Amino acid sequence: MTPPRTLLDKIWDAHVVLDLSDGWSLIHVDRHLLHDLSGPPALMDLRKRDLPVHNPELTFATPDHIVSSRPGRVDDTFPAGARLVAGLRLLTAAAGIRLFDLGGEGQGIVHVIAPEMGLTLPGATQICGDSHTCTNGGLGALAFGVGTSESAHALATQTLRMRKPRNMRVRIEGSLGSCVTAKDLALHLLRTLGTTAGVEHSIEFAGSTVRALEVEERLTLCNLAVEMGARSALIAPDEAVFAYLRGRRFAPTGAAFDAAIAYWRTLASDEDAVFDRDIAIDAADVVPTISWGTSPDQSMPIDGLVPGPADAPLGTLEDLAASLDYMGLTAGQPIAGEPVDWVFIGSCANSRISDLRAAARVVDGRSVAPGVQAWVVPGSMAVRREAEAEGLDRLFTDAGFQWREPGCSMCVAANGEQVPPGARSVSTSNRNFVGRQGPRARTHLASPAMAAAAAVTGRITDVRTL
Amino acid sequence: MFAPFTRLSSRAAVLPQANIDTDVIIRIERLTAGDSARIGDYALEALRYREDGSENPEFPLNQPRWRDAQILIAGANFGCGSSREPAVTALMAMGLRCIIAESFGDIFYANCFQNGMLPIRFSAENVAALVADAEASSSEFVVDLHRCSITTAAGCEVVFTIDPQRREALLSGLDDIGLTLRHAETITAWQQADRTRRPWIWMADTREIAA
Repeated sequence: MTPPRTLLDKIWDAHVVLDLSDGWSLIHVDRHLLHDLSGPPALMDLRKRDLPVHNPELTFATPDHIVSSRPGRVDDTFPAGARLVAGLRLLTAAAGIRLFDLGGEGQGIVHVIAPEMGLTLPGATQICGDSHTCTNGGLGALAFGVGTSESAHALATQTLRMRKPRNMRVRIEGSLGSCVTAKDLALHLLRTLGTTAGVEHSIEFAGSTVRALEVEERLTLCNLAVEMGARSALIAPDEAVFAYLRGRRFAPTGAAFDAAIAYWRTLASDEDAVFDRDIAIDAADVVPTISWGTSPDQSMPIDGLVPGPADAPLGTLEDLAASLDYMGLTAGQPIAGEPVDWVFIGSCANSRISDLRAAARVVDGRSVAPGVQAWVVPGSMAVRREAEAEGLDRLFTDAGFQWREPGCSMCVAANGEQVPPGARSVSTSNRNFVGRQGPRARTHLASPAMAAAAAVTGRITDVRTL
Repeated sequence: MFAPFTRLSSRAAVLPQANIDTDVIIRIERLTAGDSARIGDYALEALRYREDGSENPEFPLNQPRWRDAQILIAGANFGCGSSREPAVTALMAMGLRCIIAESFGDIFYANCFQNGMLPIRFSAENVAALVADAEASSSEFVVDLHRCSITTAAGCEVVFTIDPQRREALLSGLDDIGLTLRHAETITAWQQADRTRRPWIWMADTREIAA
């Protein structure tokens, strides 16, 4: 009898190339994604060492972080990023790594294109020099961000030297309410569990609420796991995932797909598996949620009051005051009604077709409020095309939104696209850090529907009241 | 590939704010310009400088006593956020070699060891005691990785725990890639078997890729 294992245990065990002792293992990397910011330095590291890329056929690249999303963009249009984008082209071509380049089929935010093209597979290991690689856990892949050195190590050896993360489960039971999305759930978890709950752990999201999520919603939920401190997140793959993957560009076909599914069906935590941390969450407690501060856990119900010193745990009073000051908010005020300058719908958290549809449903028949700059940045070329086929681009542009080219854009703000100093932004991205969307930019994280509601009213708005 | 870490004597600066993220440590747009020589100047810039670009005198590492500190005692969850490795190298370019905190962002923590930075995790109580000591005295702390100990300015010695393989790598400046390539044959053999075991992993279309 083998002892009961978690989903993480099963995937981990299937990737141990070598036991390095003291709890360390050499772990095989099945998929390695490179982007324009972290890819070139890692590839340059190998070149300096005169080492070949071990498995270029398991490595894929796309520019997303430092490219402009300007409508009609055809090439690298952000001058400061040109050097790195050129480096990515040169170095991937030399190494025989497939590049999904600007203007071409497949380009987009790395964590949007990987699932969408079937590069992400259940039970596979996947890395990228980007912390939101955990997004791919929504399909049941053990996916996590790495630094440049680890990326170079994987390029040279197709492995990583690692210790297994600890097992953590977040079980969510029940039905989500009206207008409550996976993003609201993630912000609720952050608000409830904090930013360090998952440190040194991999989080498995489980329970009836999670099983009922659409595949794209699962990607959104897993996307924010790193904000809870977890480098990776997992959701056990099921029929919805298998159906999602069937026929995708790089997904297996024929008998191999059937064999894969037979294996993927074994990828669930055993009934009596033990988790180092196990947390239960009631879906009925989740309401539309928005961040008020400068850390994603500083989030609150949309119909609530901005927290004050009385709500702060001991020792964090100064941090709370600093957050309020940066955000230009007063303790005890309602968050709803606060005037908004910018709205950004995009990022690896919420730029998939279902996100754009959700925003479009709110925008339909309305216009962007005067004085508000509102952008929609689809996550990939494929999302862009699909949305255009449905007429969503027209719906957004007619309402006063900008309809832009795929990329990270204002989520990472490393591409010339920033929220101006002091301006208040409602954003579907995943980080509201100080200066994240630009120096002194004030970011409120929310779902696509809530962001759309803010755009059309010009204020932070409870989407349920529209 | 980096200078080994053995023993360090320095004052210990205190930055108590929790959740100092890697965006705050180094703004991402500073990484696009290829200006790596100035990366130390950009470290923690939102905290370190005022809006007019002058130094913020209240920022701990701008204060005369801690200006040259190589040890930082930080708030919990230091280095959370993005995977950017220059968050580590920017702090090193600022002069830091050791960061002590209750917890770290996982990726930042791993990146430290790739660059010769020693991150030390301590309980909240231990961190608080070190903070009190660092603020009370102008003497130096001694961090000794051989003994896994910190001797505070007041002369108290505390012992920290660190993964033995991580410690060994820091002490010797060992390069991970070189170590792993010693197992090249094992990796190739594992992959060969995996092609039969999990053919679907190896099926991603490769036809358009140049040989």
